[in-house]
Formats: sequence, structure tokens, C-alpha cells
Amino acid sequence: MLSIERLSKSFEGIAAISDVTLDFPTGSLTAVIGPNGAGKTTLFNLISGALRADAGCVMLDGTDLVGLSRTEIVRCGIARAFQVASIFPSLTVEETLNAAVQAHRGRAAVLGQRFPLADCGERAREVMDMLSLSKEADTLSAKLSHGDQKLLDIALALVLQPRVLLLDEPTAGMGTEERWQMIEKVYRLWEREKMTVVFIEHDMDIVFKIANSIRVLCYGRVLAEGTPDQIRCNADVIAAYLGTEHEVEP
Amino acid sequence: MRHSLRRDITIGAIAITALVLLPLVWPSKALIDFVIRGASLGLFATSLNLLIGYGGMVSFGHGLFFGLGAYSFGLLMQRTGMPIPAAFVLTIVVNAAVALAIGAICVRLKEIYFAFLTLAFQMFLYSLIILWVPLTGGDQGLRGGIPRPTFLGIDLADQKQLYIASCVLLVIGLMLMRHIVASPFGYTLRMIRDNAIRAAFLGINVFRIKLVAFVLAGIFGGIGGVIMSLFVSGAYPEFAYWTVSGEGVFIIMLGGLSTFLGPMVGAVILLLLNDVVTRFTEYYGLTLGAIILLFALGLRRGLTDFLLDYWRQFRAARAPMQRS
Repeated sequence: MLSIERLSKSFEGIAAISDVTLDFPTGSLTAVIGPNGAGKTTLFNLISGALRADAGCVMLDGTDLVGLSRTEIVRCGIARAFQVASIFPSLTVEETLNAAVQAHRGRAAVLGQRFPLADCGERAREVMDMLSLSKEADTLSAKLSHGDQKLLDIALALVLQPRVLLLDEPTAGMGTEERWQMIEKVYRLWEREKMTVVFIEHDMDIVFKIANSIRVLCYGRVLAEGTPDQIRCNADVIAAYLGTEHEVEP
Repeated sequence: MRHSLRRDITIGAIAITALVLLPLVWPSKALIDFVIRGASLGLFATSLNLLIGYGGMVSFGHGLFFGLGAYSFGLLMQRTGMPIPAAFVLTIVVNAAVALAIGAICVRLKEIYFAFLTLAFQMFLYSLIILWVPLTGGDQGLRGGIPRPTFLGIDLADQKQLYIASCVLLVIGLMLMRHIVASPFGYTLRMIRDNAIRAAFLGINVFRIKLVAFVLAGIFGGIGGVIMSLFVSGAYPEFAYWTVSGEGVFIIMLGGLSTFLGPMVGAVILLLLNDVVTRFTEYYGLTLGAIILLFALGLRRGLTDFLLDYWRQFRAARAPMQRS
């Protein structure tokens, strides 16, 4: 279980995350929602070690992650994908994943052999299949569609064989149809791999449809947490964030 | 693209044979000189492109390793009288050690800071050469010729044998660098060039990879210097001056940085320009400047990059026609 206890972080005196306590049960598919500036991405940055918390702790199955380096946190089993796809433009999809697999296996500096290493190819293809990227194997990452670039970003996270996968707005910048295709892939991935997935999402239809639990942040604090049904009926959430639109739905 | 080792070795063997046979077909002393200079400059520029093209590290001080190679080799031969292969190996060791020390300081820095600190180190070596007269001969350079005793029946004082040795060094050097960029290490280097932050998230030790690339480039750049010192039978402060680094960057801009042989092509173009332009005009710098502007503004990339793009577009345009 990934649990966050009394976590705080402020930037120049302004609290981005204050006194946040949250649980993400093992194997859950949890959406983190909240208005802009609620601290969602900051929360991810704190969990993945991109930022260091001012106070509090992030526990993964009993290990405190606060203070560990990004690489150490990756080794503990937490990987993330980025809001803006963070990829390697001049490499093809297959080259990217082969290179990522060899890096994950500590063989990034091998000089005596030729790329790609034979024993890394299988895992690279496996990850490509998981996200249906195989048909783009030989495409340069820079030439991929926006959606495929986001998938490749997630694929890079999967190479690290995480127990917890953090997805920062996997559907950002996509049209409605593309969004649903993307989220379906995320959902299938979660079903198959049985890992803990936490995702930030602004599209409430998507959130209520696929998440099995929801955490609502507002001004750096936890406003509500619970199942989609509980959140839908929560008076605070409706007032602060959802508006009345979702209240009238069954 | 897959890079097979066997294919590279075959190409290398063919290249050496062709180069060795060339003077038999076209006996000319000018040609022999041209190829030896091309081997020296080509190795130097290709080694610089390990940093610029593959590592995204634009060094303005790579000439340091050219000068260091020439001086280390020349001094070892003059002062110790050891056999040439031993001096060659020791020169590589010296270059690697110096590259390791300087790289450890420089590769942490980004872009312009990296460029200028490498330049500063180069000018430090240049000043050292100028000022340490008893060892280096100061601005007169290593005079009196570099002794080139015969080893294994090879006499490098003979221009034809030096020609063959230079060709062999060039081809083996290029093959080794080719192997480096086609290795897992080479791809890790490309990842760092593209997106160092993401590479670090994947568990790559960015500093270590960059440092190894810097040392490897320093070694091959030094071999370029060794060939030059054998060719002129001496070593001069100009070998370590910043203009050598500038020439390296210039060659890469001419030849192109995204194909492996781009810098080699660029080195040949520069030498040709060198020989042709100086025959017709004394305004050498001006003419060369105009030509690089033509490349930068006209092609907007080096020659091989331009040709590669052209070829890809050509193929892409033909592909639909073939299908229908």
C-alpha cells in the first residue's frame, strides 16, 4: 500500500500541499482530481522524488521514500509518466524501449556489444504490446501522434516494472475520442498487470467511469476521498468543484 | 537500422585495400600528403562528433587533445627513444588521463558553460606549451624532427609507409568509433542528448556516460594529433590553438553531424577547399567564411545531412507510386 502521511510542501511561503494524508490501496485504480492549482502534480512530484517534502512521509509497503533520490524511488517500485510526454525524439519506439530496458538492467554503459542487446528485446516488445505500440516500432518518436507519444511515455515507466504507476493527465491535450481510447488502454493495463495506478484527470466522465476510488484535492488539502458514488454525492465536492451538473445524475 | 559487426569489418577491409592501392593507380606525392592530412583531420573531427552529434556536448576545446597527442608523442620519441608503438600507447594513456581529469570538471556543465570551460582548458595547454620553453621549445615548437626508428620492418620516415600506416590508423579508428556509436553505450549517449532528465529517471548515470564519451573522444582526437606529428615530423603550438577546435566544429558543420561519416566527408571538403582556395586567392578566411554561410543559410545543415534528408524524401515520394 502507498500511504501518504501529513505531507506538506510550500513554495516561497505558499503552501502547495499542506498536511495531506492519503492511502492508495495495493491494486487500486485511483483518480486524483481537483481544480487547477490544487496541488495534484506537486503531489506526484513529491511521491516520485522530483521534489523534496518539507514535512511528512510517503510510505510504500512500510518504506519511507522521503529523502531518497529519484533513482532509488524508481528502484522501490514507483514510476511515473509525465503531463507533457517526456521521450527521446531522435530514437524510434523500439530503440527507445530497448535502450530503456538495458538501462533498467544496469547495462547502459556496455561498450563491447552491439545495440540492441539480444536479451533486452523480449521485454521491450512485451511493453510495446501492452500499449499497442508495436505497429509503430520503427517510427521515430518525434513523428508519433500526440497520443502515441503519451503511450510511449507510459511505456518507459512500465519498463521499470513498477508496483505503483503514477500517470499525470494521461489524456491531456486529446480530443474526446482519443481520450477514451487512451483511458481504455490504461484500464486494460491496470486489469492485466494488477499494479496500483494513480492518475490525475480533469474529465469527470472518465473519472467516474473507470476509477474505483477518487481523491479530491483543493488548495493543497484533501477535500474528500471515497468511491465514485460517495464523491458524486459529497456536498463539499459539489460546492467546490463539480457544480450541480453531476448531482442530478443517478 | 541494425549495425552488424561483420559488415563493418568487411567495409573496413575494403576501405584499407582501396586506400593502399590508390597511389598505385594515381602516383602523386600531393595525393599521398592529402590522404595523410585527411586521416589526421578526419579522426579528429569524427572524435569531436562523438561529443557534438551523439552526445549533444558542443566542445570548443577539443583541439586540446589534438595538440596533446602531437606533443606527447613527439616528446616521448625525442626524449626517450622508445619504439613507436610504445610511444603511441603511452600517448593514448596520457590523453585518456587528461581527458578524465578535465572531463570530470566539464561534463557536469550545460551547453555554453561546457563549451567555454573546454575552451579555457585548451588555452591553458596552449599557454603551457608557449611558456614551458625548455620542454616544448615554446613558440618554435618541437624542432629537430621526431625520430622515427623502424619497428617490425615498418619505416615511418618513408612517406609511402607513413601513408599506409595513416590509412590503417584512420580506418581502424573509424571502425572503433563506429562500434562505439552502435553499442548499447552509444544509444544511451543519444538518450542523454535527447532528454537527460528522462534518462536519469530510467536509472542512467548521466555524468558517468558523458565522462566516458569525453575520454573516448579525447583518445581518438589525440590519435589525429599523432598522425599529424608524424607527418610534419614535429609539433607546433598551433596544434593546440583554439583554431583547431574551430576547424573541427567547422568540419562538422560542413559534413553533417547526424551521419557517422559526415565529419570525415567534411574533413575532405575542408582540405580540398584549403588547397584550391589558397591557390587562387590570399583571402582564404573570407572565402571559407562565405562558404560556411552558404552551408548554414542555404542547406541549413551539413552536406551528408542534406543528402540523407533528400534521399528520404525521394524514397517517401516514390513509395506510394510503387504501391499503386
